Amino acid sequence: MADNPTPDIAPAPPVKRKGVKRRAFLIGGVAIVGAGLFGISIADSNAAKDAKTRITGEGEHSFATWLKISEDDVITIYSPHTDIGQGSNTGLAQMLAEELDATWEQVRIVSAPAESAFANVGLGRGFLAEMSGQPAIINGIPQSFLSFVARQMNLQITGGSTALRFTGQVTFQKVGAATRLALIETAAKRLNAPVGELTTQDSHVVHAKSGRSLRYGELAAEAATLSLDNAPTLKDPSQYRLVRQSMQRLDLPAKVDGSAQYGMDFAMPGMRVATIMAAPVRGGKLTSVDTAPALAIKGVEKVIKLDDAVAVIGKGYWPAISGLRALAPSFSDGGNAGISTASIFKAHDALIAKGEAEGEAGDGDVQAALGAKPIMAKYQVPFLHHAMMEPFALTAQFKDGKLDIWGGMQDPLATKMMAVEVSGLDADNVTFHPMIIGGSFGRRLPMYMEIVGQVTKLAMQLPYPVKLIWSREEEVAQGAYRPQSSAVLTAAITDQKRIAAYRNDYAQPESAESETVFPYSLPAVSRRHFAHVSNQTTGAWRSVNSTQQGFYNESFMDELAHAAGEDPVTFRRNHLKADSRYLRVLDEVAVRSGWGSPLPAGRGRGVALVESFKTIVAHVVEASVGEDGMPKVHKVTTVVDAGSIVNPDAAMAQIEGGTIMGLSSAIGEAITLEKGAVQQSNLSDYPLMTMAQSPLVQDIHFLNSGAPMGGIGEPGVPPAAPALANALFAATGKRVRNLPIMTQAKG
Amino acid sequence: MAIQTSINGKAVALSAEPDTPLLWVIREELGLTGTKFGCGMAACGACTVHVDGEPARSCSIPVSDVAGKSITTIEGLKSADGTLHAVQQAWISAQVPQCGYCQSGQIMAAVALIEKTGSPSDAQIDEAMTNLCRCGTYPRIRKAIRTATGQAAQAVEGAV
Repeated sequence: MADNPTPDIAPAPPVKRKGVKRRAFLIGGVAIVGAGLFGISIADSNAAKDAKTRITGEGEHSFATWLKISEDDVITIYSPHTDIGQGSNTGLAQMLAEELDATWEQVRIVSAPAESAFANVGLGRGFLAEMSGQPAIINGIPQSFLSFVARQMNLQITGGSTALRFTGQVTFQKVGAATRLALIETAAKRLNAPVGELTTQDSHVVHAKSGRSLRYGELAAEAATLSLDNAPTLKDPSQYRLVRQSMQRLDLPAKVDGSAQYGMDFAMPGMRVATIMAAPVRGGKLTSVDTAPALAIKGVEKVIKLDDAVAVIGKGYWPAISGLRALAPSFSDGGNAGISTASIFKAHDALIAKGEAEGEAGDGDVQAALGAKPIMAKYQVPFLHHAMMEPFALTAQFKDGKLDIWGGMQDPLATKMMAVEVSGLDADNVTFHPMIIGGSFGRRLPMYMEIVGQVTKLAMQLPYPVKLIWSREEEVAQGAYRPQSSAVLTAAITDQKRIAAYRNDYAQPESAESETVFPYSLPAVSRRHFAHVSNQTTGAWRSVNSTQQGFYNESFMDELAHAAGEDPVTFRRNHLKADSRYLRVLDEVAVRSGWGSPLPAGRGRGVALVESFKTIVAHVVEASVGEDGMPKVHKVTTVVDAGSIVNPDAAMAQIEGGTIMGLSSAIGEAITLEKGAVQQSNLSDYPLMTMAQSPLVQDIHFLNSGAPMGGIGEPGVPPAAPALANALFAATGKRVRNLPIMTQAKG
Repeated sequence: MAIQTSINGKAVALSAEPDTPLLWVIREELGLTGTKFGCGMAACGACTVHVDGEPARSCSIPVSDVAGKSITTIEGLKSADGTLHAVQQAWISAQVPQCGYCQSGQIMAAVALIEKTGSPSDAQIDEAMTNLCRCGTYPRIRKAIRTATGQAAQAVEGAV
């Protein structure tokens, strides 16, 4: 590493192990520790009855909460997930319709009501199985109890790349299969034929022997009265005709003609529009504001002061934002004025140097094996903003003691419950109406939906409905960012070019342990979390901690390969288990990318391999440095092993987009702080990758290994940044350890 | 005084204050919500419409500037019988949208590009298609533009 001087960092002293943290199930504000769940049973029938009354009208019949069949054969599926653009609702519909043998053209999928009867049981079950690593045991937990837990937790979340692998596999396939059996049973009676002679296809039960058949619609009323089989046999994949097919997404026609209604688009008679500015220094309060300048603007009706924000209400968005811009509110800084990007990195350095870790995981005696002269490198990544294209917008109306809210959120049920809490109303008097979401990437999660509280507070004191729109400026300045994070990586390499010990000391608010999988088999590994919290709200940013951890580990593996004098693919191969899925993915990406073949002058190839959400993705990026000093990505070759894929084209789209989002963040994105406040103001100074900057060629391949189904929405992101940084190193000899890359690789 | 203009072929008299951006007049006064608000400063292109056939970012055009001009929004692209525009159809065949929020603007930008160039090269696509998409649908937007103009779906590196 002659051209790559080791940073001046002292090795951290060893810490006392604090023991393995119990992995609590922390969603929706309720923590449940895995072992506490066993052996309890609570009847579930009330929830199913409640669900039925909420969704069925004349001539419609409900099955197992999530499914409705009408007498004219329309199959309506109620999804507890919010399709934030990833196509998961189409995939869920494919999975259910496949087992049901439904006619695809008659299948609809809509958002489930944001009511506890529609809490997502399958998701809770999936999380538990993954958490304990023992699906067999989890499968033994009574469904009724899991359902109770999901309702207690208001669990209707979309995140963690879970829709198809948990909700789809745990619930929807079984609902489809069990409903099909009930329809067959009903038909057997009507046709006076043995069940064994009946088959199903295209939403009909068929008795081939007598040439008779019955439509699902004409069987539905009676079938809906039967109790469903809790453990129906699922189809063998060789029989699939919908799953594993690239069915066109059901939501796209409305997204190309402007008719899709997003939260931003909601309107109702008498509605006013509000916009808001919260304390620029998070933690601060509104201290004073002269409302006169806003009220002087035509169309402005009211200025409302909240504890930490000021809102302007107008006839439309333009008067509201003009009014807000006319104000000069004073805010306190909550004692946070000393916080800056630099102060946070400094605090990270101090914490890591001190060596008192919050938590540790790994194997072997790392300290001993590191020896006297380990290789070290320090990496830093900034806060990242979600920058979904639709800024926050929620409409609320408080009328006759009832509160209604319309908009798009990743957890509709938790949104409702938050409004219940803020308004002080009974849950029965609060309704959340889920709408289409213009992107989310983790931003619209219940833990940090300030806008729900804001719009509730506004609506409760206004005599008319109000749509609260966050300006893009507000949206950038008040994010729930991917945390700013630092890591010090330390390793020792043997004379045989093998890693003897590997330590990853990282500082950020939360432990990354639950989302991070380290693929390499090494004799001694240590991951230590150093907890540091700033005044910023941090949250899940597409693929969560896998982005920064992927960048750290896969950049450092590249550094170690070069230190060992070995090719980066060969070096990684030598540290992966033979016959492992990792190895297959890596070998495939090497072949597909032409790894090792000559490149035009100035270009380099970089590889990175990251597992997240049970899916393994490897990218090989071909990049150079442009005349402006910025990275130019020419081509990305990608190999994905997600176990199996429900909709190949939709999965491809997720990997394409995830790769671009990963590259975009690596090249140019950063939220920085000065005096406790965010310095970026809009998309003009938070640059997203454009068409011209995106790779002209993305060559993506799926290895369907048959392993348990992994996620697909997030795993394309994490390997993008390290693969690009590694490619730039190959092209220029410059190792970029701090993101964003910007012009750091310039010659 | 009302501002006279034409939206999607229909003459309209607009009552908004003259400094109101065209975007908010389209969305709030006319109720045409297919045109989206993204940034309010012409940085993202979600609000792209056609003004006299040229692509324009409606969030940053005062409505007074479009008096007497002809405006087309995403709702005006379909033919009278409801058939989708060829570019909209290409968007569906390439399965372009993910969240879909930016796609009205992308489609309006693409239609204007195709009307101007006939069959745009990759370099022309890069130059004209500056609308942002956070979902990362750029490869499919390129593919849809290529197929809508009778070119091979896949871009080939070096052919620019």
